[in-house]
Amino acid sequence: MATTAEQPTTRPIAAARRRLADRDGVLSWAFVVPSVVYIVALVGLPFGLAIAFAFSDVSAGDPSYDFVGLRNFRRVVDDPVFWRSVGNTFVFTLISMALIVLLGKVLANILVADFRGKWVVRFLVLLPWTTPVALSSISWLWLLDSIYSPIDWVLRQFGALGPVENMYWLGQPGLSMTSVIAVHVWRLTPLAAVIMMAGLMSIPKEIDEAARVDGAGYWRRMFEITIPLVLPVAAIAALFGAIFTFTDMAVVRVLTRGGPNDSTQVLASWAFYRGIDGGDVAQGAVIALFLFPLLLAAAVLILRAVRKIEVR
Amino acid sequence: MAAATSGRRYARRHLAARTGLYLAAILAALLCAAPFLWSLITAFKQNRDLYNPQNNPFLFNRPATSDHVLYLFTDTAFLTFVWNTVLVGGLVVLITLALSLPAAYSLARLDRPWSGRMAIGIFLVYLVPPSLLFLALSRMVVAVGLQDSTWSLVLVYPTITIPVSVWLLMGFLKGIPKDIEEQAMVDGYSRLGAFLRAVVPLAFPGIVAVIVFAFTLTASEFIYALAFVAPTEEMTVSTGVPTQLVRGDVFFWQSLQAAAVLVAVPIALVFNWFLDKFVAGFTMGAVKE
Repeated sequence: MATTAEQPTTRPIAAARRRLADRDGVLSWAFVVPSVVYIVALVGLPFGLAIAFAFSDVSAGDPSYDFVGLRNFRRVVDDPVFWRSVGNTFVFTLISMALIVLLGKVLANILVADFRGKWVVRFLVLLPWTTPVALSSISWLWLLDSIYSPIDWVLRQFGALGPVENMYWLGQPGLSMTSVIAVHVWRLTPLAAVIMMAGLMSIPKEIDEAARVDGAGYWRRMFEITIPLVLPVAAIAALFGAIFTFTDMAVVRVLTRGGPNDSTQVLASWAFYRGIDGGDVAQGAVIALFLFPLLLAAAVLILRAVRKIEVR
Repeated sequence: MAAATSGRRYARRHLAARTGLYLAAILAALLCAAPFLWSLITAFKQNRDLYNPQNNPFLFNRPATSDHVLYLFTDTAFLTFVWNTVLVGGLVVLITLALSLPAAYSLARLDRPWSGRMAIGIFLVYLVPPSLLFLALSRMVVAVGLQDSTWSLVLVYPTITIPVSVWLLMGFLKGIPKDIEEQAMVDGYSRLGAFLRAVVPLAFPGIVAVIVFAFTLTASEFIYALAFVAPTEEMTVSTGVPTQLVRGDVFFWQSLQAAAVLVAVPIALVFNWFLDKFVAGFTMGAVKE
């Protein structure tokens, strides 16, 4: 075989192909293995470790491993704050995702249109998404300040608030959740728009033009061509967004730290509070593990929805 | 006559649609950018201007000052945070490219029976969130002696960037005609040689897209950075600014806002530049041959 490798042009093409295929087999493994090893070592292993921690008494102060069975699970489940976080996580995810998908579609429609100054508009629209979340949340922290909030100032000018009144955007249970959701929607809508833009641009122009020639109006084309064709992409975008939102704690952490009275506490922030701030690694691991079945369910559900669309 | 009225009606409708589009675009841009425009004004305000609820927050009620912006550079660790972010981002990008480029090539081109399943498997890894892993990883980081060091982030961040990059690069590689590497191999290059000399240069736009994307992902990451690194001088922008520019309950508001704008604008500029490439890459990744 080694000699044939030196003079491929003199050999029949089929033999050369086979030689390449032989090498491809080795190469294809050699190319993939480093990535797989890295991911197994730093995603698979910690995942297994997280499960092991959940059944242990490991803490930051005493990292020795002792098996304690379901004790941590019982402690977590007996804690009303945990159930509050579960409820909040669902509220946060469902409302955010509904708004993000809706507003993302609107924004995508604007961004695919042709107009002057598009570059500037696109730049400004991308800002919420590309800025590190901790920094944009800090900007919002000031906008929602309990005394100096510029939003309150505007409301006062319109007489919606008394001269010395404040909304306390982050200080009241219902309102603080609204604020957290608003900031999260604000920051993820541009990403949703970009993904849907990709979907919109992948629609062949001919289909749209053919429908136009046949006399279909804007709304008809929207509902009978654009939306059905974009749905698979939108569903995948929604899957990503939902999982991301479900497991995110950055906005909550910077804006409210879960307060007031744990009214904005979500599973991820609660796990962080217990596991890192409180040093109780085992209990934090249990709380974080509760993310997993829900994640899995969400992934399966939406993947199935995508398949259904593809079959139709 | 009839044609003239319908033409005029068309022109009117066209004008209305254009006006609506421009209004929508301006509104969207304002809604998205408002907090940053505000930050920009706030960053240059004097304390006595800022901390008076009666003052118009949109205007300078007292002369503007650059003291607080300068304070950010002279009296805080902001530049250290920036340097750490750039260092971590750069190294993570290198690791990501070294691992994901061959992997993407193998999955996109060297058709094996397991290629499709492996591609989906790697894609699914991206769905495993940091909030599930950070506690276990924080113990692992302690075990290898990297706790409270920026290097812990260099080690862990590729787990976030590799899956996306593999997916993105697969899209770009599928867009390169197969003839090119076949020709290179006929010319005497091995498969490896063809990959390095013919495919990699042509995948350059995809590589640039991965660089930008991976860098942005690492710069924005929050949970790992917060969980692994406590000392100020090892922090990145993402955790350093919101935790170290606050002393007790005192927020250095103007400096914080300046930091937010200074970080936000360059990243968004670069991203805007490459937006079309990302869109193209992600769409192509989903296309079957």
